[in-house]
Amino acid sequence: MSRSEVKHPGINLGDADAPTYEEAGDNVFGFWVFLMSDVVIFALLFTTYGVMLVATVGGPTPASEYKIVPAFLETLILLTSSFTFGMVSLAMKHAAPRAQLLGWMALTLVLGLAFLGMELRDFAIMFGDGAYPTRSGYLSSFFALVSLHGIHVFFGCLWILVMMVQVMTLGLDARVKINILRLGLFWHVLDVVWIAIFSVVYLQGLIR
Amino acid sequence: MSGPNPSKVDEVRRYLIGYVLALALTCAAFSAVYWPSFAASTTLAIVFAMALVQMAVHLYFFLHINLKKSRREDLQLILFSALIVILLVSGGLVVLFNLRDRMM
Repeated sequence: MSRSEVKHPGINLGDADAPTYEEAGDNVFGFWVFLMSDVVIFALLFTTYGVMLVATVGGPTPASEYKIVPAFLETLILLTSSFTFGMVSLAMKHAAPRAQLLGWMALTLVLGLAFLGMELRDFAIMFGDGAYPTRSGYLSSFFALVSLHGIHVFFGCLWILVMMVQVMTLGLDARVKINILRLGLFWHVLDVVWIAIFSVVYLQGLIR
Repeated sequence: MSGPNPSKVDEVRRYLIGYVLALALTCAAFSAVYWPSFAASTTLAIVFAMALVQMAVHLYFFLHINLKKSRREDLQLILFSALIVILLVSGGLVVLFNLRDRMM
């Protein structure tokens, strides 16, 4: 009876691994509470950004600093990595060959690192233009918001690496599976936050 | 399609549909800004509407959150967090914009 319900956000193991599925409910729910509190932090940084938007003090403005094409490519990269992480979850759930699971994880990791590389390049160009965090209230709030997301992606990449090592050394036991479930939620929520950043920060700043 | 035991084909299809929808919404928002064809305020409304729809797509297709079959606490937590976010963001914007008007 209990196996017919969805126990937690994200993919549920269900009958593919019933004992772990029973155990995962509370574990994953706890992590979901953390993610929701993270969302509240991001929401407040968005508010700060909205209020600070006009505080450019004669310095760089959104229209002069944002480049739409790199931001668009970063969005596509992160979207694709969300999909590849979906494939990680499915490979894990359905006991696909180990190489397939690790392959999807490696692909997600590469996409995450590509995203970070592009974002750092954007930041470097902005710094070169004199758009650094201490220049104005607008730039402080921009870097607080966007680099906090970047730091999340960085730790997400680190976490993927750790999980790859765990899969290789410990195999897919219950704890490793639950860790991958939590990592999946983390990764997908980061993508949702980036959609908000892309729309509210980049696209809004570039509307003519 | 949304219980804990859908077939593997259904699960792959679910991620694929979510991916295609998310790509389409991102490209639509991007083109609305890249090739401006409306007034700025209309474009902004389109971009924000696309973003909200895309977040719903991510929640449903990637995070598997479902109004009917999710466990009750999960949904309550999402709704509670949404309430907190709305209160903080709208309240914060009102207070801070008001403060700025008075300082100018």
